[in-house]
Amino acid sequence: MNNSKARIIDKLYLALIYLFFYLPISVLIFYSFNNSSYSLVWHGFTTNWYHNLFQDSNLWIAAAHSLLIGTLAATMATIIGTLAAVSLYRYRFMGKNFLNGMVFILIVTPDIVMGISLLLLFSIANMPLGFWSLLLAHITFCIPFVVVTVYSRISGMDKNIFEAAKDLGARESTIFRKITFPLLLPAIISGILLSFTLSFDDVMISYFVSGPGFEILPLKIYSMARLGVKPELNALCSVTFTLTLFLVILSQRFTRKSS
Amino acid sequence: MSEQIVLEIKDVSKSFNDQIILDNINLKIKHGEFLTLLGPSGCGKTTLLRMISGFEEPSSGSIFIDGKDAKGLPPHERHVHTVFQSYALFPHMTVFDNVAFGLRCSNTPEKDVKPRVLEALRMVKLEHFGNRKPAQLSGGQQQRVAIARAVVNRPLVLLLDEPLSSLDYRLRKTMQMELRQLQRTLGITFIFVTHDQEEALSMSDRVVVMSDGSITQIGTPRQVYEEPSCLSVAKFIGEVNIFETTVSSINDDKITVDIEGMAHAYPNRHHFSIGDKALVLVRPEDVRIFDSKEVKETENMYRGIVEDFTYKGTTVDLLVRLDTGKVISTTEFFDEDDDSLVYTLGEKVWLHWVNGWEVVLPYEE
Repeated sequence: MNNSKARIIDKLYLALIYLFFYLPISVLIFYSFNNSSYSLVWHGFTTNWYHNLFQDSNLWIAAAHSLLIGTLAATMATIIGTLAAVSLYRYRFMGKNFLNGMVFILIVTPDIVMGISLLLLFSIANMPLGFWSLLLAHITFCIPFVVVTVYSRISGMDKNIFEAAKDLGARESTIFRKITFPLLLPAIISGILLSFTLSFDDVMISYFVSGPGFEILPLKIYSMARLGVKPELNALCSVTFTLTLFLVILSQRFTRKSS
Repeated sequence: MSEQIVLEIKDVSKSFNDQIILDNINLKIKHGEFLTLLGPSGCGKTTLLRMISGFEEPSSGSIFIDGKDAKGLPPHERHVHTVFQSYALFPHMTVFDNVAFGLRCSNTPEKDVKPRVLEALRMVKLEHFGNRKPAQLSGGQQQRVAIARAVVNRPLVLLLDEPLSSLDYRLRKTMQMELRQLQRTLGITFIFVTHDQEEALSMSDRVVVMSDGSITQIGTPRQVYEEPSCLSVAKFIGEVNIFETTVSSINDDKITVDIEGMAHAYPNRHHFSIGDKALVLVRPEDVRIFDSKEVKETENMYRGIVEDFTYKGTTVDLLVRLDTGKVISTTEFFDEDDDSLVYTLGEKVWLHWVNGWEVVLPYEE
């Protein structure tokens, strides 16, 4: 009796937590279908806002830019991050622990610090703000997440596997192709997806390092929101949320498959 | 067995960060031999194995494989393969691909790969498991895949690093026998590392006993058990009763010592002088126990009382306190003379051992 009561309280508590998490997003999605420009009262179902959204060519350009930056940054960050994780795990070298710690520091560094320092770096290097500065910045902040994802997978592996391969006559390149890469593939894929998601919705760092010539979606949304939350914006955010959700689920899938 | 030397370790030492792991190791291993490196963990036996396989280089000294100096040779050019303690199978490959890995690395034509892999799998009785993944096999089967993967390349020497330690007792016994048979069929030299003295004694042609980075004794299982070269070997391999004593007289190459109030004479193998301290070691199973009704002649026997006994199925282990206060452990086997072996705590018993079955060693701490 007592037990079942406790169980109900457990479930209620959990439900409250999730409500707290997802209520704002649900409200957003709900109003993106509301047939009224300003009112918070339900005026009937419409897909007009989505329709308007798809006709806004400026928005499309920004979205395309974001996709481009996201894809390139995710790919580059994953290549660099994977190699870094493999070296951190497999080789002994000076300052290894220091480098390992630095990766974690980068993850917890506030975005604003990262954004300002990158801006400073680009202006010292006399680099114009635009596509390249954005791409470099995004690659930079994605790398640590890839390193952590791949490293946690590789450190769960038996170190003797690499020695066994070497013992059987495999060269380093063969070991990477036949052993390391296939075993790490799930982690590499989740690293790519995670990086893409991070890049696709980054506002803070991008705000500092982007220029007027190259607009990306999160910044576009941000500037739109400053003029008041319009229903198109609700629709746009709903689309972005769905895309992100999809990528996260995909990434989770790969991680789970690996274990 | 031919006396051809397949592996020679000459004056090899190894240190990490000024700490000496191995100190001046010398060892010659014959072709086709089953050799065991036996010692407690941390005695350097795994390091020695890793230097033979090429994963570590000696700090000084040389290793000759098949007469050639192996200095600087990478692991795969040594014709030596390792079976790892964790098996280290490639989890994403099938059993077949695991075994074929070494052959494919050496660019063996694919038409030769298949028959050789199948032959290796047949040898370890896994010919029908080629399509499985390692995770779908039991521990013993994974162990056999690891062996097949190593022997398919026809190495001169197979190194086995505690390969049975993660198996349960019964499976370990079976695998010990299978490994021994496999070694005889293949005719490959096996160097087997273990900390389990029973395993070492039952499997090997020769046992190398190691402690604290040096070799303390090399010999057949019988030699290291019955004629241990020093106290540490005797203590590590099996149980032993230790008596400290002093040489009281010497005549005709025989020394006389006093053990718990009784004089014993032994050949003077260690060149003792009168007054030297000595150790006399007696294995528990060499001690014979009689209850007071069984014996009449008690002149050459010790008297004691039973302090503890443990029934172990095939044996009964006793702790007997002698009149002098010394506690002796004994192991009694059930046989036709003594099929009951019933003792009670505090019971008075008589014990002795056959003169000549003891080991006499110079005194050490």
